[in-house]
Amino acid sequence: MQNTAQKFVAAPGTRIEMTYLEALVQAQIEEMDRDERVVLMGEDISIYGGGKLIERFGKNRVWNTPISEGGFTGLAIGAAINGLRPIVDLSVASFVYLASDQIINQASKLQYMTGGQIDIPIVFRCWMYSVGSKAAQHADRPYPLFMNVPGLKIICPTSPADIKGLMKSAIRDGDPVLVFEDACLWPVKGDVATDPDYLIPIGKADVKRRGKDVTLIAIAGAIRPTMEAVDALAEEGISVEVIDPRTLKPLDYEAIRISVAKTGRLMIVENGHSVCNVGSEIAAVMAEEIFDLLQRPILRLSSPDIHVPFSPALEKDFFPTKEHITAAVRRLL
Amino acid sequence: MRQFKGDNIPGFFHSSVGQEAAIVGACLALRDDDAMTGTHRSHGHPIGKGANLDALMAELMGKEGGICKGRGGSMHLADRSVGIISESAIVGGGIPLATGCAFSSTVRGVDQVTLCFFGDGAVNQGTFHESLNMASLWKLPVIYLCENNGYAITTSVAQSHGQPDIAMRAPGYGMPGITVDGQDVSAVYEATARAVTRARAGEGPTLIVADTYRFDEHNFGLVIPGEPYRSVEEVEAHKRDCDPILLYRTVLIEEGIDEKSLRAIEDEVAEVVKQAVQFALASPMPRSETLHDHMFNSPLAGHYSFVAGQKRN
Ligand SMILES: Cc1ncc(C[n+]2csc(CCOP(=O)(O)OP(=O)(O)O)c2C)c(N)n1
Repeated sequence: MQNTAQKFVAAPGTRIEMTYLEALVQAQIEEMDRDERVVLMGEDISIYGGGKLIERFGKNRVWNTPISEGGFTGLAIGAAINGLRPIVDLSVASFVYLASDQIINQASKLQYMTGGQIDIPIVFRCWMYSVGSKAAQHADRPYPLFMNVPGLKIICPTSPADIKGLMKSAIRDGDPVLVFEDACLWPVKGDVATDPDYLIPIGKADVKRRGKDVTLIAIAGAIRPTMEAVDALAEEGISVEVIDPRTLKPLDYEAIRISVAKTGRLMIVENGHSVCNVGSEIAAVMAEEIFDLLQRPILRLSSPDIHVPFSPALEKDFFPTKEHITAAVRRLL
Repeated sequence: MRQFKGDNIPGFFHSSVGQEAAIVGACLALRDDDAMTGTHRSHGHPIGKGANLDALMAELMGKEGGICKGRGGSMHLADRSVGIISESAIVGGGIPLATGCAFSSTVRGVDQVTLCFFGDGAVNQGTFHESLNMASLWKLPVIYLCENNGYAITTSVAQSHGQPDIAMRAPGYGMPGITVDGQDVSAVYEATARAVTRARAGEGPTLIVADTYRFDEHNFGLVIPGEPYRSVEEVEAHKRDCDPILLYRTVLIEEGIDEKSLRAIEDEVAEVVKQAVQFALASPMPRSETLHDHMFNSPLAGHYSFVAGQKRN
């Protein structure tokens, strides 16, 4: 981490190659440097969770918590109401359920229920595992569940530049923001701006690849097999436009509309379970709003309504793969 | 209550009648800039903390002039201007928030303390355990005040607590646990004031259990079917012998305050309440165009788009 931190001491305006995880830690370092109200908390965080941020910021800014997800989540919400800007690292996304009462019944509602008397500037981080034999209690992707809750903002960036810019926006935001990181993206490398004020606005999608035949929306970790599939299809002369919403709440419907107006075909790929997921929402809105622009029915690829299995043999086809995606795109043409 | 019966107040209505001394005694030991969280039985707490009655009453009626602009209502009468960060109708939900409020004071190095109200029922929630553990671990300036009225709806403490002496839970978390007569406003004040001193000195949290009694049913108009869970005699005996307002009145008279000045104060209070009711009745209902207001501190452009004449999200 020390090496990485030194590497970042660069002239503004430059870009440096780093991993997704390094970019995320860098975002936290910059925001903690900028604003002393930003504190970090989570289990075992002083040793590994925050990239040893405790050495830099000391114990008053980095808090190792007991294993009390509901308790420390509520504590952080109280602290946010009363003048701090906490980043809560809930680690594995499956553990967010323990904190969900506080996130849903308190963080998402209190601004509204008090008629705007209180603000809750807080960030909840968690990681989603897809493949890797973590089994059902460590492999959840609960973002659709939280999309159903008003009052939350939800981001799930897929590139190092995006996680840095969006994480910084999340920390500066005055509302509760949930960050769903896909663990398969942590080692992904990319160029990241070193400017400490480099921000990406919450709510703006990114067109990751221009194309004219099909609009393909990829959520979180699904971006990896999607890009592989799109590369393969390009060799066959099939041109796919890939949109990464980056933010799930609010969703950038405008970017999707513009793309579908061009391609007339829409497909959504994600690792969430199939029932009531992001794809359902996008498909429903697009059917309501631009049905007449669609040349083919909307297609969704996601994981089945089954818990994530342990065995690699069962797991390997569980989430949308490059092969699933290429086959589905061909079906749409 | 008259307004509730008169259909001016929608929703649930959990009265704090009988529990006034526990609330007021504790709140009196705080400064205005000290923080507080409360419960679904939220009417008493803001009054104790010195909130303006007009806006509270308007909130009960769901009016535009309500303290929460008609978004919170009877169970959630927060008033930030007197330090109330929220009242949680999720039993036990406010305990970690209060703990976090105190956590913030510690991190920021200010001498603010937080007072956390909850009922005997909330003691059995995980949030109680988790919060007291962290508050003790980090010596947070928070006072946990249990309004022990003996019942959680119909379930008595004896029926739901493996250790019915609630104060006994405190040593298990490494903090003092004190039981006080919750019908005696001075006793509650003194216990809380000691806890406040301790908290401001950086010595950490205290659990205070104020033994009290609710005179009304769990919520107004609630009909409990079957066998009564508490006898009429029990309720009547408490109303007769343990009314905290009458008890304190007697104390004041014994201390030499004459009947006439007490009457004057009571008349003054009645006038303030009357005015609050008038204010609330006169306040308009919120306009439906404001439905989306107060969702976010920083609303997002384009978040609400019109679909078929309705706003999305
Ligand atoms: C988490 C949760 N479970 C159940 C309820 C329903 N409920 C509302 S008040 C109440 C009893 C609470 O008892 P206590 O904490 O002793 O407070 P009191 O009503 O006696 O003041 C219950 C069970 C709730 N609001 N929240």
